[in-house]
Amino acid sequence: MTERPLSLRSGAEALAAPLPPLLAEAEHLASTVIVGDHGRRRAGLGDTFWQYRPAQYHDERRHIDWRRSAKSDAQFVQDKEWQIAQSVQVWVDQSAAMAFSSTAQGVTKADRARVLALAVAILLLRGGERVGLTGDLLPPKRGEAQAAQMARLLSEDHPDDFGAPVADGMLAHSRAVFLSDFLGDLDAVERALGRAADRDVRGALVQVLDPAEEAFPFDGRTVFESMTGAIRHETLKAGELRARYLDRLAERQARLAELARLSGWQFHTHHTGDSATAALLWLYAALERHA
Amino acid sequence: MWTLGPIAFAAPWLLLGLVALPILWLLLRAVPPAPIRRRFPGVALLLGLTDDESQTDRTPWWLLLLRMLAVAAVILGFAGPVLNPQEERPGGGPLLVLVDGTWADARDWPRRLDRIEAALRDAASDGRRAALVRLTDLPAEGPVFRDAQAVAQEAAGMVPAPHGPDPEGLSDWADSLSGDFDTFWLSDGVARDSRADLLAALEERGTVRVFESPRPVYGLTPPRFEDGTITLDALRARTGGAAEVRVNAMGPDPAGVERRLASESLAFIAGEGRATLELSLPPELRNRITRFEIQGVSSAGAVALTDDALKRREVALISGGNDREELELLDPLHYLRQALAPSAELIEGTLADVLLANPDVIILADVATLSSLEAEDLQAWVEDGGLLVRFAGPRLAASDVSRQSLDPLMPVRLRAGGRSIGGAMSWGEPKALAPFAADSPFYGLTIPDDVSVNAQVMAQPDPTLAARVIAQLADGTPLVTRKDSGQGNIVLFHVTANAEWSTLPLSGLFVQMLERLAVSTRPAVPDLEALEGTSWMPEDVLDAFGVLEDAGALPGVDGDRLADLTPGAEMPPGLYAGEERRIAVNVFTADSTLQPTAWPDRIPVEGLEVTRETPLKGWLIGGALMLLMLDILAALALSGRLRGPRAGVAAAMLGLVLAGLPTPPQAQEDDADPPVSEDFAVAATSDVVLAYVETGVPRVDEMSEAGLYGLSNTLFQRTSIEPAMPMGVDPETDELAFFPFLYWPVTAEQDLPSRAAYAKLNRYLRTGGMILFDTRDADLARFGSSSPEGKRLQAIARGLDIPPLEPIPQDHVLTRTFYLLQDFPGRHATRDVWVEAAPPDAQAAEGMPFRDLNDGVTPVVIGGNDWAAAWATDEDGNPLVPIGRGMAGERQREIALRFGVNLVMHVLTGNYKSDQVHVPALLDRLGQ
Repeated sequence: MTERPLSLRSGAEALAAPLPPLLAEAEHLASTVIVGDHGRRRAGLGDTFWQYRPAQYHDERRHIDWRRSAKSDAQFVQDKEWQIAQSVQVWVDQSAAMAFSSTAQGVTKADRARVLALAVAILLLRGGERVGLTGDLLPPKRGEAQAAQMARLLSEDHPDDFGAPVADGMLAHSRAVFLSDFLGDLDAVERALGRAADRDVRGALVQVLDPAEEAFPFDGRTVFESMTGAIRHETLKAGELRARYLDRLAERQARLAELARLSGWQFHTHHTGDSATAALLWLYAALERHA
Repeated sequence: MWTLGPIAFAAPWLLLGLVALPILWLLLRAVPPAPIRRRFPGVALLLGLTDDESQTDRTPWWLLLLRMLAVAAVILGFAGPVLNPQEERPGGGPLLVLVDGTWADARDWPRRLDRIEAALRDAASDGRRAALVRLTDLPAEGPVFRDAQAVAQEAAGMVPAPHGPDPEGLSDWADSLSGDFDTFWLSDGVARDSRADLLAALEERGTVRVFESPRPVYGLTPPRFEDGTITLDALRARTGGAAEVRVNAMGPDPAGVERRLASESLAFIAGEGRATLELSLPPELRNRITRFEIQGVSSAGAVALTDDALKRREVALISGGNDREELELLDPLHYLRQALAPSAELIEGTLADVLLANPDVIILADVATLSSLEAEDLQAWVEDGGLLVRFAGPRLAASDVSRQSLDPLMPVRLRAGGRSIGGAMSWGEPKALAPFAADSPFYGLTIPDDVSVNAQVMAQPDPTLAARVIAQLADGTPLVTRKDSGQGNIVLFHVTANAEWSTLPLSGLFVQMLERLAVSTRPAVPDLEALEGTSWMPEDVLDAFGVLEDAGALPGVDGDRLADLTPGAEMPPGLYAGEERRIAVNVFTADSTLQPTAWPDRIPVEGLEVTRETPLKGWLIGGALMLLMLDILAALALSGRLRGPRAGVAAAMLGLVLAGLPTPPQAQEDDADPPVSEDFAVAATSDVVLAYVETGVPRVDEMSEAGLYGLSNTLFQRTSIEPAMPMGVDPETDELAFFPFLYWPVTAEQDLPSRAAYAKLNRYLRTGGMILFDTRDADLARFGSSSPEGKRLQAIARGLDIPPLEPIPQDHVLTRTFYLLQDFPGRHATRDVWVEAAPPDAQAAEGMPFRDLNDGVTPVVIGGNDWAAAWATDEDGNPLVPIGRGMAGERQREIALRFGVNLVMHVLTGNYKSDQVHVPALLDRLGQ
């Protein structure tokens, strides 16, 4: 178990490495006062140079830029650009359903979701954002240590069959990412999105599915069981169910997309058979997008 | 045994199991295929979905039928069904089991043993006593009847003999029979005169039953060699219907492994007992054949051993250079060809090619020097048992071969120059031959009076000379000398092979001498009278199954016994070696025939029309297994496991089922040497291409390429030669034959070519290619120079077949093939450039400025003037390397280019310009 957060983190780091640091846009100025890396196009607290202005009477002498002032008779003070940081909160479904993989050596949905979550977290942290988990376990913070902490928390498994998004403890006006297969109760998702919308939180829903769940390649007499075995369904001709199953899945995805649209979120379906980088790129674009 | 029509069952009570089948039907019907459990998170979406149609939970009828069939097949199989069961024949009194035990039995000997054992077992179960007698190995007295069980144990160890029964011994034995007994005779199906008497004798004693195999008996007569083809007949005893047999010629391949060397199918016409095969094989292959055999028939009669009669010696003829346009009668090989063509296979070609064919004899007519590699190979061949015959001639006399020390490929040392006797400028008369000494291989040959010798090379007297002389002239000078070398011999005729130096090649003695030297083959007619009083040792003998075995310590055979060539107990078929030759004894002689047995009607013959007993158990069980495999597949398909995530298992099962099916034959990948790249060949041959040898030093290679590019451009502009872009070649890997001309810059670090590359280069030089060696140091020409490149060139050239060289003479054709030149500068301007030396006897024609020189192109030009640098231009035609100073330098570059033009012209047109010298004489002769 001690190995797991490490390997999870290194996988995520490897995935995050090729992308430029992601700068989520800060929408609301007044709500956050913590200085981050987003230029506000005006003078204020920050690290990067903004302008030289003639020194005023209220400027302390130690603020005078002597190199600039030596070029002329007047004295100048260097203004910095005012920068703020954005908070991003992540929820990853850690339920038993996510541990499914259709092939013996394949990637489970949980693995993929965790790597994606952590990768996007590392990118954001590198960009100077604050990243945390929804709920009260890990409030958004900056710094590398946060990624390690996140990896540790994400590698835990929950015993439930299906997970429901945790929408507690979300900072107002922040951003959020929900990663799950969304095969459980959709009302929980709807409620979570509602709470997020209340607090003006925008974000992205990523549905991680196994290719088998999208293709339903089963036939013959079959007893389907959920991962914990709590839910069972027996059929004599699994092949006959395929069309109806796929209809239901499409219906679900349509509903999720609708929910996301209504609450100003983005929705995306990702398959574990595909490249994780594609999903990360989508997430990058989704968080960058103006809501 | 319970019989039902043509089928009998060994364990009929097992058939009761079939009654259980309907019960099984009900049982199987009730049990549907078990469901698969699958973990699937999407189950949440499935809840509430019901199956559309009410699927039966029972096994489908066709699957049931499949299973029932499988079970029925198993039950039937274990009940031991037999098709066409043999019924037993009761009898009483002692039983004599008589076996022919000849080669004809060998083909199905195990079946015969089974039949014998069955007969003896039946006798034992009936309480009869029995005796077992093999006609090819008769007991001293009549049959001794013993307990049949004991006799059956003896029978297992019995083997057939590779010959027929001895008729005399057989009639004696028939006379000695006494008492009453029944006889069961296992006949081999071949008619023999002795059968009738024996049958009569046996019938006096009791009833006779005959067993005869329905399988046809085949035989092969010994091969004969007629008019270049091998003829042999296949025989068969039973002549009904057409048939086809395949005859294989077996023998060792070059590696000594026995292989099928040729294979021909032979069709018997219906009603004919004899089919003739004519095989025309290359001599190399023919000499290797040790035996012919009919494929798939393991019997001594179906094997025909070959002996010396089929072999003809292979003689390779090589003469020293063919650069002289001579009349055919002056060709050094003409008389050898005439003498050897009727009795030997002649091979002509280069020494390297000839050695590959591993001939028996190599004749070198006036070949003086060999490259070191060739000499090495040739010596290895001689020591391996080859016979090297050399003839003297002007070249050998003029060369230094075997002068200072004994050349390993010469029998004696030679004195310089040789001698000429009886000519216009010498005293004495042409010498005749002295009678041959008793220890000479020529001893006993009569010497015609008109054989005389005008000129010869002289052996250097030394202590070993006397022992090596095998023919000498009347004055005691050696004419033919011989030396042993390893297992082979080296023989030197001190005269030419044509009539230039002596009249020996014109006489019949020449042919006889060659014959005595075992150069040509002796007439292969078996001289039976000469066999009397000789003794022959078996080398290899055939057993009845046609397998050749070492004779071991078998006693020898007298010549007169061998003369009739019919094998017997004391002379099994095989190869018999006498003093000088080997004779094959085969089961058949050339004119023997095979006749089927003709039994009188009163004798019951079993085995001919009786259909064979066929146990069906294996088929049924196999079929049941097959059905069960299908059942697995069907069950998988029904339960949905044939598709989906775990289909691999099903695919493996399917593979298992299909494994029994024959796979289509696949074309064998040709693993031969990688052929020359087609692109390379096309690029090199679609135009004239000048090529350079890649040295591996990038600067040198670039300069060579630029130089040849410049030269190609010059040729294009000034002459009708329009070369394509120059190419770099690596003699190790690339085919050289495409290029008329190779430029070879020598660097000090160059690797020596490998053996294969040397062979390639030598072939290139001999077939008219030219290499321009350039040491690029302006230094080589000074004798004994020791520049690193010069040394390297010497090392490289050591393995090449380079003729004697001389600096380009004033009248060499290179000086006038296109431009008139006397200097051959490159970047350097040393004078000395070396080409093949003109023959010493070249003379200037009357009134002509040039000598009448040889045909042909000099294979090498060697110099150190760094021509490539002088020729080199960039793509725009600007010179790359400064030459000399000012206008003088430009002049030197121009002359260098002209030399290049002359050189390529020389390569491509040969001595065309030299021939022009003869134009006035030709016109004169034409009367114009």
